[in-house]
Amino acid sequence: MIVAENLSKSYGGHRAIDSVSFRIGAGEIVGLLGLNGAGKSTILKILGSFLMPSAGRALVGGYSVDENPEAIRRLIGYLPDVPPLYDEMTVDAYLRYVAKLKNVAHGDVAKRVDFVVGKTNLKRVVKYQLGDLSHGFRQRVGIAQALVHNPKVIILDEPINGLDPVQIVEMRDLITSLRGQHTVVLSSHILSEITRTCDRVLVVDHGRLVAEGSEASLQATMTQTMRLTCELDRLPEGLIATLQKLPGVAKVQRITGQGGERLLLDTDADVRSQVAKLVVDTGVGLLGLSRSEAGLEGVFMKLIKPAEERAHG
Amino acid sequence: MAKVLLVARRELRAFFSTWMGYIIAAAALFIEGLLFNAYAVGSSPKLSAEVLSDYFYFASGIAMVAGIFLAMRLIAEEKQNGTLVLFYTSPISERQLIYGKFLSVFAFLVVIQALSLYLPALIFINGKISFGHLASGYLALILIGAAAAAISLFASAISPNQLVAGVTGTLFLVTFLVLWMVADIVEAPFKEIFGYLAIHNRHFPPFSQGIVHTRDLVYYGSVIVFFLECSVRVLEARRWRG
Repeated sequence: MIVAENLSKSYGGHRAIDSVSFRIGAGEIVGLLGLNGAGKSTILKILGSFLMPSAGRALVGGYSVDENPEAIRRLIGYLPDVPPLYDEMTVDAYLRYVAKLKNVAHGDVAKRVDFVVGKTNLKRVVKYQLGDLSHGFRQRVGIAQALVHNPKVIILDEPINGLDPVQIVEMRDLITSLRGQHTVVLSSHILSEITRTCDRVLVVDHGRLVAEGSEASLQATMTQTMRLTCELDRLPEGLIATLQKLPGVAKVQRITGQGGERLLLDTDADVRSQVAKLVVDTGVGLLGLSRSEAGLEGVFMKLIKPAEERAHG
Repeated sequence: MAKVLLVARRELRAFFSTWMGYIIAAAALFIEGLLFNAYAVGSSPKLSAEVLSDYFYFASGIAMVAGIFLAMRLIAEEKQNGTLVLFYTSPISERQLIYGKFLSVFAFLVVIQALSLYLPALIFINGKISFGHLASGYLALILIGAAAAAISLFASAISPNQLVAGVTGTLFLVTFLVLWMVADIVEAPFKEIFGYLAIHNRHFPPFSQGIVHTRDLVYYGSVIVFFLECSVRVLEARRWRG
C-alpha cells in the first residue's frame, strides 16, 4: 500500500531525511519511532503528499506523491501534530464540512459523521464549539476528520501527544480497532505506545531509518543486547560516567530506592566482571549484579546513539 | 465549482460567527455615512449627479480598505492555526481553495455595498439620478474592492501571519494607487505602462460618472485574476518548500 524508496528531503542545507526506504502492506499498523526532530513528521508529510521529496520516490496506493498527489489525497486521512480545527465551528458542522471537502457523497454525509462521532466518542460534545473543547477532545475530533471519508490509508502524526493516561488508552483502542480495515501509519516518540499499538516499528534517527521490524524481531536482531542490574550500598561520584565509557554500554540509568542505589546498564557485551571490578575499586559495597535481556527500550537507545558517538564509531 | 462554493460558504459563516465581519461592515458603513453627509452632500448646492460621483469617489477608498482587511486573514490565519494542512491533504486543488476564499470576500463586499445603498437613495428625496449611473458606480466599488481583496489575498499567501499580511497588502495597494504619479515623471513607454497599471486614477473615475468602459472592466478583471493566480502558485510552491 505504501512504498518509500530512497526518500530524502532537505530544507536549505539541512537534510531532514536521508535515503529512507520501507514498504507497508495493506491493513498494517506501522509506527514511526524516533526522538523529536528525527524526521518522522517529514516522512509523514511526504506520504500525505503535501510535501515533495528532494530525492527518491514515494507511492501511496500505487500513486506517486509528486506525480499524482490529487489521487493520494482521495485515499488518505491525515491527522497532523496539531489537529486542523476551526475554533468557531461546532464539532458537527466541522465534520460535515470536512466530509464534503473529502468527497463524501451528499446523501452519506450525515451517516458518516454519525459513524465517526460514535467511533471517537464525541457524542456528548457534538454541538460544542471546537474552541471550547479540551485537548483530548480536540485530538479526537482530529482523528474523526481523518476517518470521516473512510480512507484506505490513515496517517497520524503524534496522535497521543498531550493526552492524559485515560485518553491514551482510549486512543490506543481506537487505533487498534482500525487494524485490517485501514492501513495506519503513526508516529510517536513514546516507545511503549508504539509497541502496544503497532504491528511493526520503523526506527528513525537523524533522518535515517536505523531499524525496522516487530518488537520481537528488533530484539532478535540485537541478540547481544542485555540489561545489567547493579545494586550498591551508595553511589560514588563519577561512577555512572565511568560505567558509560565501558565498551558496549549504551545507557546507564540510576534508580534510587530504599536501602541503596540501583543502576541499570543497557549493553551489548557482558561487562559484569568489569563492572564488579570498577565498583569494588571505588570502595562501595556491591550488593548484587544480575543480567537480563534488555527490553525494546534498550534496543531503541542503542539504535539512536548520539550523533557524535556514531561519528566516532 | 462545488468545492469553491463549499470553501466560500465556510468563510462567509466565519465572517459572521466572529466579530471581524461585523466590525468591518459596521466601520465601512459608518464612515461612508459620515463622509456622504459631510462631503458628498456638503453645505453648498450641487447637482445630484455630482453628489453621487463624489460619494463613489470616497467610497472607493473605503471599499479598498475593506477588501484589504477582509482578505488579509484568509490564508495567513490558516497557516497560523495549522489548518492549511486540511486542504493539502484533501481532494481540493489550490486553485479551488483560493477562488473559494476570494468568493467569500467578494460576496461580503457585495453585502456591504448593498447595505450602503440607502445613502445614494437619499439623493432621490431632493434630486434625481439615473439608475445607470448608480449601477456603474456600485459596479466600480465592487470591482475596486475585489481587486484590493485579491492583492490582500496574495499578501496573505506570502505572509506568516495576518498582521504582516495586512501591512504587505497595504503596501502593494498603495504602490498600485500611486503608480500614476510615477507615470508623470517617467518617459515612454513606462509612462503609459505605469499610467495604465494605476488602480484608481485612470480606471475608476469613468465608472463614478456613469460610464462603463470595457477596458476598465478588463483592467480590474486582470488585476483580480493575476493576484489570485499568483496566490495559487504560492500555495503550490509550499508543497516543495515545506
